[in-house]
Amino acid sequence: MTRPWSPREKASDDGSRERSMVPRAQFRSYYGRPVLKPPVWKDYVAYYFFLGGLSAGSSLLAAGADQRGQPALRKGTRIAALGSIGLGSYYLIRDLGRPERFHHMLRVAKPTSPMSVGTWILTAYVPGIGIAAVSELLPRRLRATPLGRLVSALARPAGLASAALAPAVASYTAVLLSQTAVPAWHESHEELPFIFTASAAASAGGLGMMVAPPEQAAPARRFAAYGAIVELAASRRLETRLGLVGEPFLTGEAHRYLQRASTLTVAGVVGSMLLGRRSRVAAVASGAALLAGGLYERLGLLHAGTASTKDPKYVVEPQRQRIEERSAVQRQRQRELVQRIPPDPGRDEIDEGRGHRDH
Amino acid sequence: MSLDHSLYGRLDDVAGNAGHEEHPPRVGFFTDTSICIGCKACEVACKEWNLVPDDGFELLGMSFDNTGMLGANSWRHVAFIEQELPLGHQDAGLALQQSEHGGGELGTTGVDLGMPSFELPGARTGADGRQEFRWLMASDVCKHCTHAGCLDVCPTGALFRTEFGTVVVQQDICNGCGYCVSACPYGVIDRREGDGRAWKCTMCYDRLHDGLEPACAKACPTDSIQFGPLDELRERAQQRVEQLRANGVADARLYGEDPDDGVGGDGAFFLLLDEPEVYGLPPDPVVPTRDLPRMWRYAGAAALAFLAAAVSVFVEGRER
Repeated sequence: MTRPWSPREKASDDGSRERSMVPRAQFRSYYGRPVLKPPVWKDYVAYYFFLGGLSAGSSLLAAGADQRGQPALRKGTRIAALGSIGLGSYYLIRDLGRPERFHHMLRVAKPTSPMSVGTWILTAYVPGIGIAAVSELLPRRLRATPLGRLVSALARPAGLASAALAPAVASYTAVLLSQTAVPAWHESHEELPFIFTASAAASAGGLGMMVAPPEQAAPARRFAAYGAIVELAASRRLETRLGLVGEPFLTGEAHRYLQRASTLTVAGVVGSMLLGRRSRVAAVASGAALLAGGLYERLGLLHAGTASTKDPKYVVEPQRQRIEERSAVQRQRQRELVQRIPPDPGRDEIDEGRGHRDH
Repeated sequence: MSLDHSLYGRLDDVAGNAGHEEHPPRVGFFTDTSICIGCKACEVACKEWNLVPDDGFELLGMSFDNTGMLGANSWRHVAFIEQELPLGHQDAGLALQQSEHGGGELGTTGVDLGMPSFELPGARTGADGRQEFRWLMASDVCKHCTHAGCLDVCPTGALFRTEFGTVVVQQDICNGCGYCVSACPYGVIDRREGDGRAWKCTMCYDRLHDGLEPACAKACPTDSIQFGPLDELRERAQQRVEQLRANGVADARLYGEDPDDGVGGDGAFFLLLDEPEVYGLPPDPVVPTRDLPRMWRYAGAAALAFLAAAVSVFVEGRER
């Protein structure tokens, strides 16, 4: 289909009405007003993303420490895993327009809604880490009671169950952001899950360094290092791959948050590598830097999405380009069709043969 | 019913796909903007019938449009676009030769700077009344998509597909999570300030039950907003756009009527006289759910890597 001619479009030099393939200098919009609604989510959601990831990473570290016999690391990460998912859930509910109706999430299980999927992942995740953490918090005199013995006996399998669900807890939130019309979130769906899980690893590693003495914190240090490397690499890929839609990550408030995130993450990892084994103070400081980096990362990602809805160019230009590419393909097909009309009956067979190969 | 089919692409029986076994034909709006006169009766009728609160009485200072865009408190929105549109006549310089002084009066008389006159555009009829300036007016509304992003992401089931094929929020269920707001590729649905729940056009679900047409279509004095079975509207729209093109309105085009587009076709579609983005509409909207399987695959890979990293930090060299 040829596009109807509009007076804004200049005819090309050869006199045809085909438009040149040079992108238009300026996109058009309705008085520069946004096409999309900005997300209504407040910073609470970023807090939840951070705390949920922290909890997921911590319960993995706790399960590992339990298997390896590192009680200080196990105790600290179990308690932190429960505390952070509890606080995260609070922020999640706080962000609702009608917080008193939070349980309406449990009316349905809907595979097309990552938020519904996440609700059920959390519902399955929390009891396990809850039992594991409570077993650490039980006072000595309660431990001897039948209930106390049951909790202690269940702690390991419960902790393992929550660790098995932890990867889902840390990664579903990326799909939650990407399954939106928000350009910066949707287009970054390849990198976001890796940023989320890697940042969760870095945060949990940081927390492990804070709660466990250095001789037990080696797994935490390694976890943090792996996480930080992947987080930085995935962020770098995101910023370079997306072109125009990557701009919100590189400008304004989101950029400041993301810069702070990478600075703190690098500082935390370098600090833990150089001094984490020797000095508890350095380990705690490095861990705190990693935690702060994780929080800033989520704030940056949240704000980048919001920024990408406020300027219509992030919506209109990529879509316009998509249309241009589609119509270019169509024009090409038409041209091929015209060329394929056989000049004499003798060539008919050859062309038919080619046509079959194409299909 | 395959899952892919439910997420994206052509879907002929949208109410049936949502589980309505016996249902009336899918209904919709065809908004023919070429005959919109910008009276905003649709906005008013909608507010009155649906008891939609006002959202302030601010002047936006850009045109006759002070609504701005669709939102929780604006379920119809009339856009006003003021455009210079060269008519394409040529100046052969004959006017100078025919003038009394053969051009000697140049610079002594008023010159047309191309400013809009005080006369209302279109006040005079006929070819001689045409100016190089036009007003476009268009009444925007929720598109009631075949594949509705808002409906797909709603975690409470508050948003649902009605037997008429429309998309409606159940206000007693919505808990204001705000996911639908970001999932709509048209920026239609929004959370109401002070109320906390998400609101949008219901295509007057209550009126449809009583066999009435929605309030906006009923109020529209020029039938720019037409309501009816979607199949019928699509046919009528096709005829209208062909008629307009035959009459020389080459820019007339349909928007949202194609069942093969990114949202599987809109339940409310439009006849536009310029590109969609000029009206504040996305030129090629796609339901975010289209990429859902792909997005979960990436998340799955990231989750596995996360688990593998956690295992490996405990396995490798204990002495470090």
